[in-house]
This record gives sequence, C-alpha cells and structure tokens, in this order.
Amino acid sequence: MADARTSTGLAEQFDEMPQQTEASTLGMWTFLATEILFFGALFLSYIIYRHTYHDAFAEASRHTKLLHGSINTFLLLTSSFTMSLAIHSAQQGRNRPLFRFLLLTMFLGCCFLAVKGLEYKSDIDEHLVPGQHFRHDLPVQAQIFWFLYWIMTGVHTLHLVVGVGLLAVIAWMARQNKFTADYHNPVMVSGLYWHFVDVIWVWLYSLIYLINRH
Amino acid sequence: MPKTVLNPPIVPPKTYLWIWIVLLLLLLLNVGLAHLNLGPFNVVATLIIPFAQMLLMLLYLMHVRYNTPLTKIFVAAGFIWLVIMVDLTLSDYLTRGVVPGTMRKTWEHGTWPAPTKELPNAPGKLDSSNP
Repeated sequence: MADARTSTGLAEQFDEMPQQTEASTLGMWTFLATEILFFGALFLSYIIYRHTYHDAFAEASRHTKLLHGSINTFLLLTSSFTMSLAIHSAQQGRNRPLFRFLLLTMFLGCCFLAVKGLEYKSDIDEHLVPGQHFRHDLPVQAQIFWFLYWIMTGVHTLHLVVGVGLLAVIAWMARQNKFTADYHNPVMVSGLYWHFVDVIWVWLYSLIYLINRH
Repeated sequence: MPKTVLNPPIVPPKTYLWIWIVLLLLLLLNVGLAHLNLGPFNVVATLIIPFAQMLLMLLYLMHVRYNTPLTKIFVAAGFIWLVIMVDLTLSDYLTRGVVPGTMRKTWEHGTWPAPTKELPNAPGKLDSSNP
C-alpha cells in the first residue's frame, strides 16, 4: 500500500491528491505572503524617500536605463506565459512539452539576467553607485534613490536566479517523467514562485523606471 | 472516500495567450503614458497599470481565482498586512511637523527644521549645492 502511494506521488499524511495540492498551494502562498512584506518594506522606504526628496528622486530616476528595463519587462511577462503553458502541460501529464516549456522559461529568465548585467555595467560606468565616486551633477539625495535601486533590483535578481535554479530541478524531474495528470504539485508551486517574481518586477519597473520620466 | 477539495481546473492555453497579450499592451500603454506630460495623472497611471497587471497575473496565471476559500484568505492576508504597514507608516511620515488643528507644516519636506537655540547641533538644510 505504502509503495503504491509513493509511486503516485501522494504523501502519506494526505487522503487524496486534491488535498495534497491544496496543502502545497497554501504553503507556497504563506511563503509568498512573507515575500510580499519583505519587498513591501523596500517599496515603503522608496515611497517615503520619494515623498521627502521628490525633486532629487525625479532627477535620479531619469538616469535609469529605460530600454533595458522595458526589454526585461517584456522578457519576464513572456516567461510567465511560457511558465503557464508548462503548467498546462503538467496538468495533462505531458512531460515532454512540460520539459520544453520549462527550458524556454529558464532561457527567458537567463536573458533577463544578461540584460540586467549589461544594465548594471553601464550604471557602474556612469558612476551611479552611491558612495565616494557617485556622480557630482546629481543632488546628494539622489544617492538614496540609487541605493534603493541597487538593493531592490539586486534582491529581485537574486530571486530570479533562485527561480531559474528551481525550474532546473523541475525540468530534470520532468525529463524523468516524474509528473502525471494527478501529480504535478512541484510544477504548480514553482510556477507560483516564478509568477510572483514577475509581479514584483512589474512594480519595480513602474516605480523605478517610469515615474517622472516625461 | 468523500471528496473534500477539488482539483484546480485546467485553464485553456487560449486564456493564457490573451492574458499575455493584454499584459504586453498594458506595458506599451505604461511606457507611452510615461512619456506624455499628464500632470498628476502620470503618477496615477504608473500605479494603476502595474496594479492591473498584478491582478491579471494573480487571478489567472497564479490561479487565485480557482483556489479554495482558505487559500484565498491566505493570499489576501499578505496584502492586507502590507496595506496596514504602509498605511500606519505613512500616517506618521506624512503628518510630521503638522501644526495641530491646521494644515500648516512647521517645515517643508526636503529640509530639516532650522537650527534653534534648544538644538544647537541640529543639522541644517540638507540640499546643499554640489561642487
């Protein structure tokens, strides 16, 4: 009996698969709620300083690289689409398309990281790192904006790196035909994480790159 | 054994395709509006558009729409705590220096109160000109 359960992917504490699915989804959302508060605190600092030093922030944000940011938004929104298609394949127990869509999602994630790297490079070249060598033609408080820029996009990038690693594990499992139409919890839960990282980016893009652009 | 919970429904790929198209259109709209001078509406647009994108992603891509009520409560809890945090913090920051009973402020944002005799070491105006 125990062996039969293990082969279906149903853990012993659950009666049936939908119960296990709900428990994993609930667990993931509990984790994501802590992530909402984690990023929320950073966004809150951003709101307070933007309000306090409005003009300095407006001037500082015009030095962000809009093209890089827009390409990255496109890449992440598209990766969310391919992730959804991966989930759709998983729900039907089709491991082959699942594997391909996961690879495509990871590829788009890596493209995001590459563009972000190029962007960071030009930010550094333009002396936009707070500290002694920060450019002198910007107000002092612009350093607060750039400090928040580095920490917020940096932590987000870190989340994306974790996401790519997570999908690599799921893709490896799909390659071994581990998932069925009944058992595909890991795919669903990883998908939640991936989409969440995308949601954070959409806010970062709007607040860091677009506000006060005109 | 009675079925206590239901499996999430399979969302057709066509729905995902539409969501993707709408998300990209909202991105274009966001970039476009950011380049126009709409006065105070610029900030409103840059807040409403990501909010709409977030809702689409939460409800359809992250399947919150199809979740059980318990999971929906957990999703809502994360955002409710965020609203409490932002609300209480801003109600402090945005009212600092307000003279009670008036709309007047004792000092403007971007500057610290001018040094007084009671505070000999209080910092002066922060917005010093750069070399």
